[in-house]
Amino acid sequence: MNFNPDLTLPLAVVLATLVTGTIVGEIVSRTARGDKALRFAGNLRARVGSWWLMSGGFVVAVLLGGTVTVVLFAIGSFLALREFLTVIPTRRGDHRALFWAFFLILPAHYFFIGNGNYGMFTIFIPVYAFVLIPIRIALAGETEEYLARTARIQWGMMVCVYFLSHVPALLQLQLRDPDASTPALLFYLILIVQLNDVAQYTFGTLFGKRKVAPSVSPNKTLEGLIGGVLATVAVGVALHPVTPFSPLAAAALSFMVAVMGFLGDLVMSAVKRDLGVKDYSGAIPGHGGVLDRMDSLTFAAPVFFHVVGFFYQ
Amino acid sequence: MIRLAMCQFFRLLCGCRARWDAPLQGHGPWVFYANHSSHLDAVLLWAMLPGPVRSRCRTVAAADYWERGPVRRWLAKSVFRAVLVERQPRPSRGSPLRRMSECLDRGESLVLFPEGTRGDGGALGPLRPGLWHLSRERPELSLVPVWIENLSRVLPKGEILPVPFLAAATIGEPIRCKPEESRDEFLQRAHAALLELRPHP
Repeated sequence: MNFNPDLTLPLAVVLATLVTGTIVGEIVSRTARGDKALRFAGNLRARVGSWWLMSGGFVVAVLLGGTVTVVLFAIGSFLALREFLTVIPTRRGDHRALFWAFFLILPAHYFFIGNGNYGMFTIFIPVYAFVLIPIRIALAGETEEYLARTARIQWGMMVCVYFLSHVPALLQLQLRDPDASTPALLFYLILIVQLNDVAQYTFGTLFGKRKVAPSVSPNKTLEGLIGGVLATVAVGVALHPVTPFSPLAAAALSFMVAVMGFLGDLVMSAVKRDLGVKDYSGAIPGHGGVLDRMDSLTFAAPVFFHVVGFFYQ
Repeated sequence: MIRLAMCQFFRLLCGCRARWDAPLQGHGPWVFYANHSSHLDAVLLWAMLPGPVRSRCRTVAAADYWERGPVRRWLAKSVFRAVLVERQPRPSRGSPLRRMSECLDRGESLVLFPEGTRGDGGALGPLRPGLWHLSRERPELSLVPVWIENLSRVLPKGEILPVPFLAAATIGEPIRCKPEESRDEFLQRAHAALLELRPHP
């Protein structure tokens, strides 16, 4: 295993953030009085604890290199899709189609990424899965809610598998800059998306007053949004040496990622509202489900992938 | 061995969350009774039971179904170690009640699906009277209701390939037969205790 020196700076940022989070969590827990404050402190500590585990797993997977990273995201897609399909209503007639979605389409799609087959990676789910799933459901013969059922399943495949898979697909970009490293680019994207989530949460908790989307997600505030975006852009610019981007381009890209992350979170909250659930599952203590953690990433990743591919490939 | 491997595989596949409304009291044996919609119901129950209880726990299954064909027979006898009873008792085969009693005498807990057949995962069918006979015979016996969620989606009746939905089980407060209770009253109470565990959407 060769350590990629480009990863030193982002790793230091991760570690610094985790240590800060742990210290803040401890201080908040020690000073908390009253039920509400104690509950908040408990949730904060659970969140930070989960962050340590997730960051550790992710860092190890990136350091181990290409295939392990692809497998990690394939597992992530599996968990996210499982949560999504569990909360949407499905019918008996969807059974076989769902089996193929989990055990054929998902692995095949990630196989194309691992293999560097860019053409199949781009069209496999939008074309072949879109053809296969409605056919299998129609063959099962149950027509009640047919369009809604196929649409929901297809949507889940797009978000949980296709969108998310654009993160490991970054490894396959042929960048023009010969010194640029794609693992560092992947690390950069994850870091700014997740820091954006943390910053929006932090600024929202500290200064949040004006709600930006009261009917969809009452926790989101204008103060959180602005503070989060500014913090994300600052970190994105500071980390530009590990990427092929100029400082200005890094600012523009992190701004875009921050906004897409916010909107992805908003979209997935709207889905939860529609379905009447609070979280997609309880898999990650303090955070909710895997999909609750990845929602911002699913929407930021494909846009980041294509913008970077367009300008730097 | 196979049982533990199946539990682990099932946990990987379906997550398998257990909510205990009341922790298990005493030292057993217990009778767990659950709604039935999938062959995997028994595996889910094993997966959520504490190890020592799981290793001494037998599933009661229908002989007329599980003795048909070599594969089913092998699964029932060697893998599930099921207690096979007749759904329509025939005098030649011995009383189902006695076979269950023998297990309890050995200190083995039982898993029962008192609907007697797999449903579609929605409504809970009427409970068959085996539960009542069993608790009449042993008034001290704890009957633990368990509501199983989503397994009708993981592996519905008539399918052999599972789809990994997240599965969950809610384990309720044990009930016991009261001396003054009639058969129908008791079965209604058991039915209600099970239905109460169903999460409301």
